[in-house]
Amino acid sequence: MSLVELNNVQAFYGGIEALKGINLEVKAGEIVTLIGSNGAGKSTTLKSICGQVQTKGEIWFDGQKITSLEPHVIAQSGIAHVPEGRRIFPRLTVKENLEMGAFSVKSKKLIKERIEKSFVYFPRLKERYHQTGGTMSGGEQQMLAIARGLMMNPKILLLDEPSMGLAPVLVDQIFEIIQELNSTGMTILLVEQNAYQALQIAHRGYVIQTGEIILQDDAKVLLTNNQVREAYLA
Amino acid sequence: MFSSILQTLPQVLIDGLALGAIYAVVALGYTMVYGILELINFAHGEIFMTGAFVETAVLFIFQGAGWLTDMPAWLSYVLIILIAMLVTGALGVGIERVAYRPLRKAPKLILLISAFGVSFVLQDVIRFIAELKTGNYIISTPQLFDQRYQLPLSSISSWFTDASVKANTLFIFAIAIVLMIGLDIFVNRTKWGGAMRAVAQDRETASLMSINVNKVIVLTFFIGSALGGSTGVLFAQQYGTIDPYIGFILGLKAFTAAVLGGIGNIRGAMFGGIVLGVLEMFASSNLGILTGGNFGAEYKDVFAFMILIIVLIFKPEGIFGKAIKEKV
Repeated sequence: MSLVELNNVQAFYGGIEALKGINLEVKAGEIVTLIGSNGAGKSTTLKSICGQVQTKGEIWFDGQKITSLEPHVIAQSGIAHVPEGRRIFPRLTVKENLEMGAFSVKSKKLIKERIEKSFVYFPRLKERYHQTGGTMSGGEQQMLAIARGLMMNPKILLLDEPSMGLAPVLVDQIFEIIQELNSTGMTILLVEQNAYQALQIAHRGYVIQTGEIILQDDAKVLLTNNQVREAYLA
Repeated sequence: MFSSILQTLPQVLIDGLALGAIYAVVALGYTMVYGILELINFAHGEIFMTGAFVETAVLFIFQGAGWLTDMPAWLSYVLIILIAMLVTGALGVGIERVAYRPLRKAPKLILLISAFGVSFVLQDVIRFIAELKTGNYIISTPQLFDQRYQLPLSSISSWFTDASVKANTLFIFAIAIVLMIGLDIFVNRTKWGGAMRAVAQDRETASLMSINVNKVIVLTFFIGSALGGSTGVLFAQQYGTIDPYIGFILGLKAFTAAVLGGIGNIRGAMFGGIVLGVLEMFASSNLGILTGGNFGAEYKDVFAFMILIIVLIFKPEGIFGKAIKEKV
């Protein structure tokens, strides 16, 4: 069953059409990656799902139509979006950032448990627990952003360029964590410019170009596709 | 010269701290709204003024019903503050809904003009109601406390003359401290306070955390306005006479205090208010002495706004401004 489904979704910034009617589907348990060059509409696709841009068309999540719902309502229904550029709260501590991620969670005990759980994946956050987010390194901030997204125990994790600006060692580490999360059952929609690594861990992939999906297939097939190789893997 | 300044210093400090406490609490309203919307809510001074008029109206009602003599004065005082906070808090929420929310995506200048419009409307509506009910828009408010305590400082040291403190002034200190500590705890220790800081730092991302941004903005306006309104009560009790235009200069001063402490910074606003109040009171009692009689107490406002200009030129982020370097 598909967890997320986009039917002919158009997105607009003012009068400019950034998505020209795209169809996309993520099934429960999958890693799906959306690759494409700068400005192709990758981030806009994620923002459309989260209700952050004006859209036309239908967006379904978990059997419910979420088109034109408010962003906080969409988030509450179980979609965690880890935005591009991490966007952690710079003057909140690591602890407070994580607590914000669990804003819709009532039980303090549950929040504590989830923070403990995130230390398993991200031990660095434990060391930095009372430090403000803005003073951490880029890699640490990315880990915090992912951990913050997981705090609501979402049904799907939307990751926007998690490898951006990170050293290669850290990129490997982030991709390993994404795979590990997926192996515990987390559904992931991954937007990446780093197409090669994204396709290696993904089950399926979509290629987006100037607001249109031009290719979709199993990730392994896309890795060997000539068009993809020339444009994104060169 | 020095000894005559020193002689009056205790009295200057007492009066300055009382004035500063009022500035500080009003400044909180400016700074909270600025922190969230990057809007200088110039109608905030008028919310303060409305608080003062609500106080007078409620006092007249209490008087008419004969409750003032039945209730202990402190209880009336606290009750009136709570009522004024509720009314002005709701007023602030209404202003946000009507005058700011429809313009949220508009350029900031337009919001600012809208804020000025709200100011004028409030001034004239209050003036209209006051004249309708009492025949005059300048109103003397009944005093709940008229005790005055003498502090025999001259018997401690001949450096000082005796000072006196009104019972009312003590009440101002107590209430201002309770409000400031309460707000500080709310903002730094509670879930919704955390949401407020998160929205102030990154509204879009806060909504991804399932934080209802509009709710946070409404809450901010309610708390900020309620604080402003409560100070209106303190002001009316302290100075006795109010009119619909008291919010203008006082609002500008409180805004100065917020800038002095670093606009958007809550603890900064508290600090800025106290400092400005003490400096202004110092200027008003000593400018004459310091300038050989050329400038008198009437220049105290000039002095306060000079501080604003100096801060804006040399340290525009304020004393506690957030000049934190953030990694991208």
